[in-house]
Amino acid sequence: MTTRWFGARVPRVEDERLLRGRGRFTDDIDEGALESCLVRSPYAHARITSIDVSAARAVRGVVAVYIAADLPFGNLDLPILIPHPNLTHGRTQRCLASEVVRYAGEAVAFVVAESRNIAEDAADLVQVEYEPLPVVITPEVGAAAHHLVHDDVPGNIAAEMLQEVGDVSAALKSAPHRQRLRFRFERGAACPMEGRAVWARWSESERKLTVFDSTQSPTSIRGGLSVLFGLSESKVEVIAPDVGGGFGPKIMLFYPDELLVPFAAMQLGRPVKWTEDRQEHFTAVNQERGQVHDVEVGFDDDGRVLALSVDFIHDTGAYTPYGLILPIITAAQVPGPYRVPHYRVRFRAVYTNATPTSPYRGAGRPHACFVMERTLDSIAKQLDVDRAEIRRRNFIQPDQFPYDLGVAWQDGNSVVYDSGNYPALLEKALAMLGPRPVGDHVGMGLGVYVEGTGVGPYEGAHVQVLVSGRVVAATGIPSQGQAHATVFAQVVADELGVEVADVEVTGGDTRRFPWGVGTFASRGAVTAGNAMAITARMVADKAKQIAGERLEVDPADLELVGGSVRVKGSPGRGITLAALSVLANPVRYAFGGGTEAATQFASKRRPGPPLADGEQPGLEATGYYSPPGSTWASGCHAAYVRVDPKTFRLEVLKYVVVHDCGRLINPLVVEGQIEGGVAQGIGGAFYERLAYDAEGQLRNASFMEYLIPYATEVPEIEIGHIETPSPLNPLGVKGAGEAGVIPVGAVIGSAIEDALGVPVTEMPLSPLKLFELSRL
Amino acid sequence: MKVNGIPHPAPTDPRRLLSDHLRHDLGLTGTHVGCEHGVCGCCTVLLDGAPVRSCLMLAVQAEGHDVSTVEGLAAPGSPLHPVQQAFHECQGLQCGFCTPGFLMSVVGLLAQHPNPTPEQIEEGIAGNLCRCTGYASIRRAVNRAAELSRQ
Amino acid sequence: MKPPPLEYHAPPTVEEACELLGSLEDAKVLAGGQSLIPLLNFRLARPAHLVDINRIRGLDAIYERDGGVAVQALARQAAVEDSEVAARVCPLLTSAVRLVAHRVIRNRGTLCGSIAHADPASELPAVLLALGGHVIARSSRGDRIIGAGDLFKGVFETALKADELLIEAWFPASPGAVAIVEESRRHGDFALAGVVRASDRLALFGVAPTPVLADPVDPVRGLPPSGDLEATPEFRLHLVRVMTERVFAA
Repeated sequence: MTTRWFGARVPRVEDERLLRGRGRFTDDIDEGALESCLVRSPYAHARITSIDVSAARAVRGVVAVYIAADLPFGNLDLPILIPHPNLTHGRTQRCLASEVVRYAGEAVAFVVAESRNIAEDAADLVQVEYEPLPVVITPEVGAAAHHLVHDDVPGNIAAEMLQEVGDVSAALKSAPHRQRLRFRFERGAACPMEGRAVWARWSESERKLTVFDSTQSPTSIRGGLSVLFGLSESKVEVIAPDVGGGFGPKIMLFYPDELLVPFAAMQLGRPVKWTEDRQEHFTAVNQERGQVHDVEVGFDDDGRVLALSVDFIHDTGAYTPYGLILPIITAAQVPGPYRVPHYRVRFRAVYTNATPTSPYRGAGRPHACFVMERTLDSIAKQLDVDRAEIRRRNFIQPDQFPYDLGVAWQDGNSVVYDSGNYPALLEKALAMLGPRPVGDHVGMGLGVYVEGTGVGPYEGAHVQVLVSGRVVAATGIPSQGQAHATVFAQVVADELGVEVADVEVTGGDTRRFPWGVGTFASRGAVTAGNAMAITARMVADKAKQIAGERLEVDPADLELVGGSVRVKGSPGRGITLAALSVLANPVRYAFGGGTEAATQFASKRRPGPPLADGEQPGLEATGYYSPPGSTWASGCHAAYVRVDPKTFRLEVLKYVVVHDCGRLINPLVVEGQIEGGVAQGIGGAFYERLAYDAEGQLRNASFMEYLIPYATEVPEIEIGHIETPSPLNPLGVKGAGEAGVIPVGAVIGSAIEDALGVPVTEMPLSPLKLFELSRL
Repeated sequence: MKVNGIPHPAPTDPRRLLSDHLRHDLGLTGTHVGCEHGVCGCCTVLLDGAPVRSCLMLAVQAEGHDVSTVEGLAAPGSPLHPVQQAFHECQGLQCGFCTPGFLMSVVGLLAQHPNPTPEQIEEGIAGNLCRCTGYASIRRAVNRAAELSRQ
Repeated sequence: MKPPPLEYHAPPTVEEACELLGSLEDAKVLAGGQSLIPLLNFRLARPAHLVDINRIRGLDAIYERDGGVAVQALARQAAVEDSEVAARVCPLLTSAVRLVAHRVIRNRGTLCGSIAHADPASELPAVLLALGGHVIARSSRGDRIIGAGDLFKGVFETALKADELLIEAWFPASPGAVAIVEESRRHGDFALAGVVRASDRLALFGVAPTPVLADPVDPVRGLPPSGDLEATPEFRLHLVRVMTERVFAA
């Protein structure tokens, strides 16, 4: 193999199409489809006493209106995607509610019409009688449980989980110093620029269902649809075409529309499509970030953490479709890059009458990082020690890997850090940050994090050299902007000794590759990237084997360079991959393209059958990579900010990121991921909060009032890299997708506290919040 | 109305938004819809050369005007427009959903200010949301686009 | 989010527009559309009729008269922003228009539309008030001049009658120091609060149901600000004090 492409800043192969406006996002697909919309509950908690769709059905241009009673699966509870033994009171919604609604935005009816305009007109005429019930909003109110979200779930507790390493009570008691702290996180939303959309067609002649879905996991959707509709998996095709950003909400699976749209297509004999609008996106699509933490820390005179007790409430919303992944991640990631000899973490996942929660970029890690970093800052303040120094004294050292935390990780394994160099991250970040700018109300913030990436179970790849010499590769996972087609082409091109431009990668299309898990949790490069490498290596080995037979050379003396297999040291002796592809498929009938060479009279006969035992035709292979466990990336962010003491406007003067995701396949792509992540982190630190009122109404369900940063609010950042290769996978890579966002809240919060002298214990902040804090 | 120089019959439904008309009646799906309240900028097109939100216009209002969409920046098979080229060189896009809106806004900006100052660039991209890039690469792309356009 | 069903009219003259406004029940004027069309898309506004005035010719001038600058109904905010006449005669107006949303919105939005829409957080009504300007309202019954002090009645409410079209706004030149300052969350957002100084006159926006004149020495006296997601009444008053101090410090 060559190493031309690994680590190269290869410009993206995706760009041309997208720049010309020839992207194909799900709503771009019409093909005569009927359009649709959902009728959603305006109440956060109510009993439904009647639903009358007769007026809606009568609207000209309306083709069908469905309520739960019309669905064969109307009584089916949607699946709990990730069951867990501690999830003793898991609950999920049904496709369409008919008895009780538990969050504003819960779907009640589905209208299919000739156009969305007409569907919305008809939706206005759907009459639902609601009897409002008491509403539970905020995790604290949920936990207080004066009212229940589910009648059969006492205390609104979906799950409780306690983990302890060492003996925290004893260690706290004997610690020279102790502090108690409380931290609070408001809900936030991922808001990809493309909302969710589904398009489906049922072919009666082929008895085949085809679905385009703006999802992060087409293979899972396919599995679910085949089970639900009793279809063979081979008769269900799910494709994620171009997807305009995912960031987590699109890994939530089996939203009601993902079942309703295919169902309607099967019923009505015409394709059906559904595209959400931005307003419904805010309550219909899963949210995240709501948690409240109570912390007790014990430490010594040098600021070394001796014991840490964390007790937190996780706001799971009205249902628990995603199980306990978010609080499990938070619980596991609080210690971060630090030694915490005695650690106890308990969480309760609490129901509230709000949209269910599931991962949004960071997925519980931003909370964990904020808790640990602010706790260390607080210790530093009490002892009057420099904040960077406190961290140095607590870091896990580079010679302490593998480091077992003793707590559970989201893949069912335990948290074991495989590699890293946390002190180096900090020193480099401080060096890049430089001296404090002169001026009043300037503050410095610091945040270090560790991130579990590359979870399994596995991903796969298919790689094939065509008789033309071009290479096609496919994997099950889709891209939402992470440049998989470029990055995976680099990996394959290196193994096969070809140009990136010669490799065409397809992802997220079950027709091309039906096995896989999905794109989430910073796992694409690790799982699919390694699968690509392993599979391309298999193809390279086969190419060498065939070439070796032809050239009568030991395959070990062959190399793949410039589209050929050549004898090492004798560049004139070789066979092109195109020719080898022909030879790999013994044929009776030539069909052009050089295939004459593989016909029975042209080809050199080898002893035995044309296809040896166990051999398969074609220069192709299918392979898989299944990680033994997560591989652990890390990073340090540092910043200077200035806060106007009168208007409380935030100005970020300098922002640096030092980042370790092991070896980088394409630094351009990694930097893009970091820059985007930091921007979302800035949003989450100072602008973005989902403002629910006490009645469970989301008061800022629009881009006018949910404040996603424009360019004018996002600072330029400087990025430095450190590489501690992963020992766990052949490519030595670690995930990079979420890194940018994880510590931003901690960094900005710490910097603002330093600048203004106000205590920062919550996220997000805002000028109003700082005004109020400054008056305490 | 003319779209990318080609005349089209007037739209018939008065409440059809220009964005939907372009996408679903004329098949020009390069213009995207992100919010339908004028904030995100994904739907930005040029109306008689000036950037406007196509989600905030009724299609009938475009009658008698020239609309330019991203598809009109470069004919199929011909080289990318300098602004498109610049975005590619500077990796000013990831998922590509906000990109057509940025491209049209930048084309409009450079038509008004061929030698934009940093402040003018900031103003020029200030009205478009991107959730993927963090904007730094987009700023670089606009600078590069100005360079390429002057060549 | 798509507009509800409606009847659409595109009169080619002011006279026909006024006739339509006079005869139709439940009609809204569509000028720039940058405020109205979002409301239609959200289905928060469901007018039975839309009277689109964009076909009317000769109603987009920005010109000097009576010691001030007059802006007609179809003059886009971007045109006002670029206008040499406005910059020369009334630089406060030019500064204010630059604060309205983003350029792309100003390419369609009209200045008169912003005045007629009367969002309490918007800049242009406060500028009209600070300068002591007026608007001309036309109907089939004729024209009438409405002074800034009498124009703004409440949140999204003006003294314009249902059959009247706001065809011109007039901003007098202001001697002495002028300034407009606002605090918003993001660049281009509606202001949490803002102040306009025209010599020794002060107008506030974003802190009351309409723009209000205030005493530079005690700007918050008698103010009834409301609270919302990004600013409590106290914070608004605080910002008003801070900004007033800033515009009068220079």
